[in-house]
Amino acid sequence: MRYAMVIDTLKCVGCSDCVVACQTENDVPIGYCRDWITETVNGAYPNIELELKSERCNHCENAPCVRCCPTGASHQLDNGIVLVTGDECIGCGACIESCPYDARFQHPDGYVDKCTFCHHRLEKGQLPACVSVCPTKCMYFGDLDNPNSEVSELLKNRKYKTLAPEAGTKPQVYYLI
Amino acid sequence: MTTSRRKFIKISALGLGGVAASTTALNMFGASSYIDELVKENVAKNFKRTATYCEVCFWKCAAWTYTDEEGSIKKIIGNENDPHCYGRLCPRGTGGVGMYNDEDRLKTPLIRTTVNGEETFREATWEEALDLIASKFNGIKEEFGAESLALIKHGAPGKHLEHLFQSFGSDTIAEPAYAQCRGPRETGFSLTFGSWVGSPEPTDIRDTKCLVLIGSHIGENMHNSQVQEMSDAIDNGATIITVDPRFSTAASKSKYWLAIKPATDIALMLAWMNVLINENIYDKEYIEKYATGFNELKEHVSTFTPEWAYGITGIKPDEIRKTAREMASASPSVIIHPGRHVVWYGDDSQRARAMAILNALLGSWGRRGGFYFKESIKVPEFPAPEYPHPKWGWKEIGAKYPLAQMGITTEVIKCAIPSEDNKYPVKALMVAGTNITKSIPNKKLLEEAIDALDFMVVIDTMPMDVTGYADVVLPECTYLERYDEIRSATNREPSIAVRIPAVAPKYDSKPSWWIAKEIGERMGVGAYFNYTDYKEVIEWQLQQMGTSLEEMEKIGVKHFPRKSGPMYLNETGPHEFPTNSGKIELYSHELKNLGFDPLPKYTRHPEPQQGFYRLNYGRAPMHTFSRTANNPNLNDLKSENNLWVNPKVARILGLKTGQEVWLKNQDDIISTFSIKVRVTERVRWDSVYMVHGFGHQEKKLSRAFGKGINDTELITTVAVDPIMGGTGMRGNFVTILTENPHKNTEI
Repeated sequence: MRYAMVIDTLKCVGCSDCVVACQTENDVPIGYCRDWITETVNGAYPNIELELKSERCNHCENAPCVRCCPTGASHQLDNGIVLVTGDECIGCGACIESCPYDARFQHPDGYVDKCTFCHHRLEKGQLPACVSVCPTKCMYFGDLDNPNSEVSELLKNRKYKTLAPEAGTKPQVYYLI
Repeated sequence: MTTSRRKFIKISALGLGGVAASTTALNMFGASSYIDELVKENVAKNFKRTATYCEVCFWKCAAWTYTDEEGSIKKIIGNENDPHCYGRLCPRGTGGVGMYNDEDRLKTPLIRTTVNGEETFREATWEEALDLIASKFNGIKEEFGAESLALIKHGAPGKHLEHLFQSFGSDTIAEPAYAQCRGPRETGFSLTFGSWVGSPEPTDIRDTKCLVLIGSHIGENMHNSQVQEMSDAIDNGATIITVDPRFSTAASKSKYWLAIKPATDIALMLAWMNVLINENIYDKEYIEKYATGFNELKEHVSTFTPEWAYGITGIKPDEIRKTAREMASASPSVIIHPGRHVVWYGDDSQRARAMAILNALLGSWGRRGGFYFKESIKVPEFPAPEYPHPKWGWKEIGAKYPLAQMGITTEVIKCAIPSEDNKYPVKALMVAGTNITKSIPNKKLLEEAIDALDFMVVIDTMPMDVTGYADVVLPECTYLERYDEIRSATNREPSIAVRIPAVAPKYDSKPSWWIAKEIGERMGVGAYFNYTDYKEVIEWQLQQMGTSLEEMEKIGVKHFPRKSGPMYLNETGPHEFPTNSGKIELYSHELKNLGFDPLPKYTRHPEPQQGFYRLNYGRAPMHTFSRTANNPNLNDLKSENNLWVNPKVARILGLKTGQEVWLKNQDDIISTFSIKVRVTERVRWDSVYMVHGFGHQEKKLSRAFGKGINDTELITTVAVDPIMGGTGMRGNFVTILTENPHKNTEI
């Protein structure tokens, strides 16, 4: 089992529904977020390209946040999901510094917080909240160890990229381009 | 350029340590962000879901409101069986919880009063507020007639008040959704096909091969099912052609983006018609069988070549030909989208006509992948006496615009200004569910009219700017706290949805149906409100329709079979279109007889003077008009608008992204607040752009007050559509001020 998320940038309109859905599903306080939208514009009028995409923790195979955590609060499950155990977290912020994706933040209650791939929903056979609400259906989620899963098929058949591959973290959020 | 929300979050984490640390995962589940499965499971078990349909915008997506065991609203999720949302709400629908939670909501009725010579509001009981409204309304009714009581409304609350007004004999009713929004396209399409477009638009986007968007920015407007279907169309490899001076989100998904010079769309469309006809690539069979006036059209467009249009639109002849051929090769599975907010330059019905004619030439009306024949089911009317017949109403008020199909807000408002020619004196105004100071242009006229009124009532959930003008303000509860009309969807197949309260009304707020009934009873028209709870109305109606409230509580949405025939044209027999001739009218005798151009013409519109830029405005996906700016969840996503400026312009004026500027328009109107510049290649050098709905002046909106610029206050030149009275708002020009013009004045 290797959970991964695949996001089709050709369909994303950057509406931020994923952000609100995550906030309401996971009780993320207002002013904070576990996922967010980036907009990249290239070129000059009228030859322009625009890329919109939803970003979050990449649940890296080689996760620097897990390696640098002094208490073991940051840990990785067998299915690849990277989690933080709040009551073991001392809020030192080392993981925040180590993340090349800026995916972690200090929760107002003192611990470090970030995307969990909605692990609590997966257990019930539900998709992560962001994937389940996306009006453009540009987000896919599944098991990369299964060659027949939707995510495996998409990565087989479409061009894709990952973010900051040079960081060597082996991110598990893939962007179709 | 890359913008990252991360940066903003970091700043707020450092600077605002105490931000909303209330009900967090920690409080609920212990000190763990990774929620303990068992605890979560237990809580999830106790979540209760209640059927509703969304009221954050007009799309009215059916949804489920989830409440926990304490009865607080946790989340709102789309109803999978609903053709408006297919189980996926947009950010505003998902963020609908914020509308309920907003601590700035109106909490009690308010009555205008004078304390020490200063006008202010005082809190009042419902009894007192309703008595005052009824006695004022009755007084005006007696002296001037019920017609002098006017209603400007929007959405579900508006429907209940409309019933009230019609009960006591007033048809002086209008809504900005017509003359400030989609009116012209309804007229243009009615003239051509005999039926208006309506909402949701019957565009068969999911099966289209070619989608043409002219100034319509699907994806930035989150008209939910359309956004979803556009995404399906992308998956299916459909071609998207976007005509927009701004590089919209939709433009970025398009095979062709035609970066048109603003205000020249009709010229482009005439050239497209010219190519389709000249190259013989229009749908000849369809035109021969179903349309009239082709010869006149052919003659009319014969000189409008792509070369002619190039000089006007700036779009190369080759691009015009290529895109016309692309549409023709997709025909009839092609959609020239009618758009929605289409009041631009005053010749908007004619632009809509051009769109309709193009659709006819491509054979797309009534064809798969084009436009389907929509159908809805009629919800039976709850028994009530027949409405009295007013001596005059919206029709008479708007009579000089012969093809107006609904009330024209601006004309109704003008009737409040006393003059000798004014045959239709409006003395009192009720505004329900619309912030007219941000939806109706020409603020000076609006303020003059409001000033002349004897009495004004505003009903809203929030202290929007318009409440500041009222004599009485009534706090409405949100859609999550009330029953409302049954939503009958006009779609591929008929369906209905119900709205059931998930929680009791917060504060001292009340549903609109109750407000209407209470006023009605006090005005002596109680017979029209023969129920104690609106639930009884719905129960009765559902029973008539062969279902029940009990069933609807479980399913939320119910589908019914089509009765009007197939969704697409039955090509084997003849088809009668609901026009005068029974055919698609390419040439409009109706327009000709009324003294208007029977075929659309390109008219040159004013252009910006040196140093001025055309003010264009649009939507952001996480906001609806001005009504969501203070919603805590949605404000968190976007708290202010920005002024999009082309880098060339920025270089000349020395502007930088993030710089605070003010705007002054061609009529010397200066923006109340400032706006931050966003330097971007996505906007043309002759125009600037901002998202509509910001720049709130009401201090009680603690998050939205003073954030960004209200585009509407800069729209003081209005080009009125002589055919239907729409207020063209895209002919306003602004210059950018880098120094604070209000330095010595207090706002």
